[in-house]
Amino acid sequence: MRGLLLALVASSALAQPHSGSEFASAEIRRLQASDIENPGMLWVDRGAKLWREQCAGCHGDASSMRGAAVRYPRVMDGKVIGLEEKIRHKIAFDYESDDLLGLTAYVAMQSRGMPIVSEATDEQLSRGKSEYYRRRGQMNLACAHCHERNWGKRLGGETLTQGQGNGYPAYRLEWQKMGSLQRRLRACFFGVHAEPPPFGSPVLLDLELYLQKRASGLEVETPAVRR
Amino acid sequence: MRFFAFVLLAPLAAAAGDAAKGKELALARIDGGCLLCHAIPGADRPAGNIGPSLAGIGSRLDAAQLAQRIEDAARFNPDTVMPPYGRSSGLYGVAPRYRGKPLLTPQQIDDLAAFLATLK
Repeated sequence: MRGLLLALVASSALAQPHSGSEFASAEIRRLQASDIENPGMLWVDRGAKLWREQCAGCHGDASSMRGAAVRYPRVMDGKVIGLEEKIRHKIAFDYESDDLLGLTAYVAMQSRGMPIVSEATDEQLSRGKSEYYRRRGQMNLACAHCHERNWGKRLGGETLTQGQGNGYPAYRLEWQKMGSLQRRLRACFFGVHAEPPPFGSPVLLDLELYLQKRASGLEVETPAVRR
Repeated sequence: MRFFAFVLLAPLAAAAGDAAKGKELALARIDGGCLLCHAIPGADRPAGNIGPSLAGIGSRLDAAQLAQRIEDAARFNPDTVMPPYGRSSGLYGVAPRYRGKPLLTPQQIDDLAAFLATLK
């Protein structure tokens, strides 16, 4: 009975996604809305320059990337590949480097305003889903405890969000810089005193794939501003 | 036999918590983290509302019952969001520096329970 109830709650949460922007202060929303004031645009500019120097030769104008970000991560040859993994071409850029964040943000921004689409099958989503509901760390909390069951409530002075990834890479005030969704996920692992998986590891990619499913229909906001 | 009696009595003897220390811990910015989820009378900054307000909790539960709930709330509700402050086993993926250690010591839990029992 309880399982059924939880499943109903879970499915209604999936049906109605809310972007982190809805929980942000007016000041943060204003920063994000202005391409002049949005600090994430510094990374986007860097990405645009890199695109011209290193990508345009094969891929042409970046406008050809419109729509790419809404379909990543995706499963290719049985492996989950995120936008960052795709752009790295396996080794070209280090995770969390300003170059990779800039290029990823620049490519993702080509899809700004487009709704996120998940093409993953239930079978492909199953690993990420079980990670999402798995209690972990010294605090024994799963993603779902905060971001599915308690979003909208206050954790101290802050409002819990649904943990949607539609704005990433995003400029986070806490970091004073741009960061990836994987970095944001790792921050939650640190928060519950769990061992954070390395960048590019299956756990993070599986979670990203599942989060994309949960974000279906939300618009890409990259570069978002988050607290 | 005498040895076992000693072991069994030891936690009971420690159950005399210090309410003043417990209050300090409950309202502290970092240590307990209670305020992240619970409103507590006497707090000087915004509290969360993920868990219930602790105002009046002392009139519903005594110190021993409170200590049990802080130690491992999952014993009373397997679905609870509340972290197990006194348990370090049966957890998954704990970061190396926290492995084998509970969030709070038994003494800290008893201090917290003694303070909460005063909230009537």
